[in-house]
Amino acid sequence: MSDKKTYVDRRLPTGDSLLKQLWQDPLGRAGFLGILFILLLALFAPIIARYDVAQINSKARLAAPSGTYWFGTDNFGRDIFSRIVYGAQVSLLVGVVSVSIAAGIGYLFGLAAGFFEGKVESTIMMLMDIIFAFPSILLALLIVAVLGTSIVNTMIAIGIVNIPVFARTVRASVKAVKGTDYIANARSVGLKNSVILFRHITPNSLAPFTVQATLALSSAILTEATMSFLGLGIQPPNPSWGSMLSEARTYMEMAPWMVVFPALFIIFTILSFNILGDALRDALDPKLKL
Amino acid sequence: MLIPILLGISIAIFLIMQLIPGDVVSGILGIEETPELRAMWEKKLGIDKPLVTQYFNWISGVVRGDFGESFRTGAKVFPEILWRFSISAELAILACIVAWIIAFPLGILSALKRNSFIDRIVRVAALLGVSVPGFAFATLLILFLALVFGYYPPIKYVSLMQNPLKNLEIMILPAIVLGSSMAGSVMRMTRSSMLEVLRQDFIKAVRAKGAPERITIMRHAFRNASIPIVTLVGMQIGILMGGTVVIEQIFSIPGLGQYLLTGIFQRDFPIVQGTVLFMATIYVIINLLVDILYTYIDPRITYS
Repeated sequence: MSDKKTYVDRRLPTGDSLLKQLWQDPLGRAGFLGILFILLLALFAPIIARYDVAQINSKARLAAPSGTYWFGTDNFGRDIFSRIVYGAQVSLLVGVVSVSIAAGIGYLFGLAAGFFEGKVESTIMMLMDIIFAFPSILLALLIVAVLGTSIVNTMIAIGIVNIPVFARTVRASVKAVKGTDYIANARSVGLKNSVILFRHITPNSLAPFTVQATLALSSAILTEATMSFLGLGIQPPNPSWGSMLSEARTYMEMAPWMVVFPALFIIFTILSFNILGDALRDALDPKLKL
Repeated sequence: MLIPILLGISIAIFLIMQLIPGDVVSGILGIEETPELRAMWEKKLGIDKPLVTQYFNWISGVVRGDFGESFRTGAKVFPEILWRFSISAELAILACIVAWIIAFPLGILSALKRNSFIDRIVRVAALLGVSVPGFAFATLLILFLALVFGYYPPIKYVSLMQNPLKNLEIMILPAIVLGSSMAGSVMRMTRSSMLEVLRQDFIKAVRAKGAPERITIMRHAFRNASIPIVTLVGMQIGILMGGTVVIEQIFSIPGLGQYLLTGIFQRDFPIVQGTVLFMATIYVIINLLVDILYTYIDPRITYS
């Protein structure tokens, strides 16, 4: 082994080869299909759902699963299957928007901290450490307590909480590529900072960033479900798997289906994202194989 | 580094609390509110002063162990936090014990028998542990016990001093729920870290000199593999504290998490401010302890 700093290629493999690699890994395939299933449920919710999610039917309260109500009904006689389907929409929407907020801001912070160093870096990282010093669900609950409970505020809260992980990931990879020869070359030919940052450093920090984004999606969906479960996330009558599960606890014994289906869908979705995250990490960074 | 971060946290919490809509005075007075009564209550609660003064009043109290009084009940917040912390800490310790009993042996076994049947089972179990949210697991567990065994977890809390057995009965289910999700990630980290170490030359050397396998694994491999595991365990304390907020709610355990939620729902600032600051402080201190623990595990690490 030589002591010379070796260049690690952290660019994303081209879309084709990455997908192929994921598909060849049985776990990657399972995760991918799982997410695709939830995505289709969410996209085609209006077609798939059989009833209006808020429609109260006092004659069909706590009905067991049947041909009419596939997953049974809840204490208001609302169709659980339809609420699960629309719940997928809520989960994915909150997940994607909040991770985009976190990734966007975290990316800029990480880039600035890694590239400029000095005061910029210490100020940004100090701020990140403060956010990081709160257990994430705690901070999300606090932010929602301030902003009030709504779907948009839930997204903002989860977004803010996830900024530090992105900032740290990006900063680390920026620092890793910064010392390499090709960045020195880019400087020596007189390229501007902005060009070096976005054309040369950015592509090289995408791999760990992508893995982080997949894992953050699963944790964002989990946080939303937890907040809604505590009554501080998505508010009724909007369907959220977390709040459905929370409401179900009162009727647990009379109507176990009220508990089982939302719980299974939460578990299935988070499992799928985690499996895909693992497979992605294996594909992009074989050294880290777990 | 510790002091500036704690100061930053205290300022952040204080400012966040100021932004909360809805005010406590109208909550207390309700329809009986008159300007005079309002002014009196604002003076009594100390919220008529400028923000900076309010912050300094609060933080100088905090340094002396006085977190203020609950807006609602007038009870001192700090003794309540300490009492509830002892409950949450007991839960967290039990959860760690559950997690480690499961995770270390299985993680090591899985690394030693790589790609075997056992390894696969352990990896799937670990993935489930990581992916099943605590509140979903808890709800399903309660449902299962009720339907199959007709068992219901006790609702009324009994302290460890009053009746240790009863206390354990109350704590064991939440500890299993919290512990199993912790176990998932610890198991994964133990496995990958052990695999990394087992490949190295010094393990061959230890084996070549004829050391028994048990010594090779425990004293040489596991000790060297434990740095990333300790880091992870340290990081999990934060997740554990977040987890207790939800789990305490489900199992009606009067810990810190439940105190905080009540504070948020009732807009009781001193409770929320105090609890969050306390939790964040514990979290930061534990991370510091983890750093110190490194030097003990691996004497090559020094801090200047």
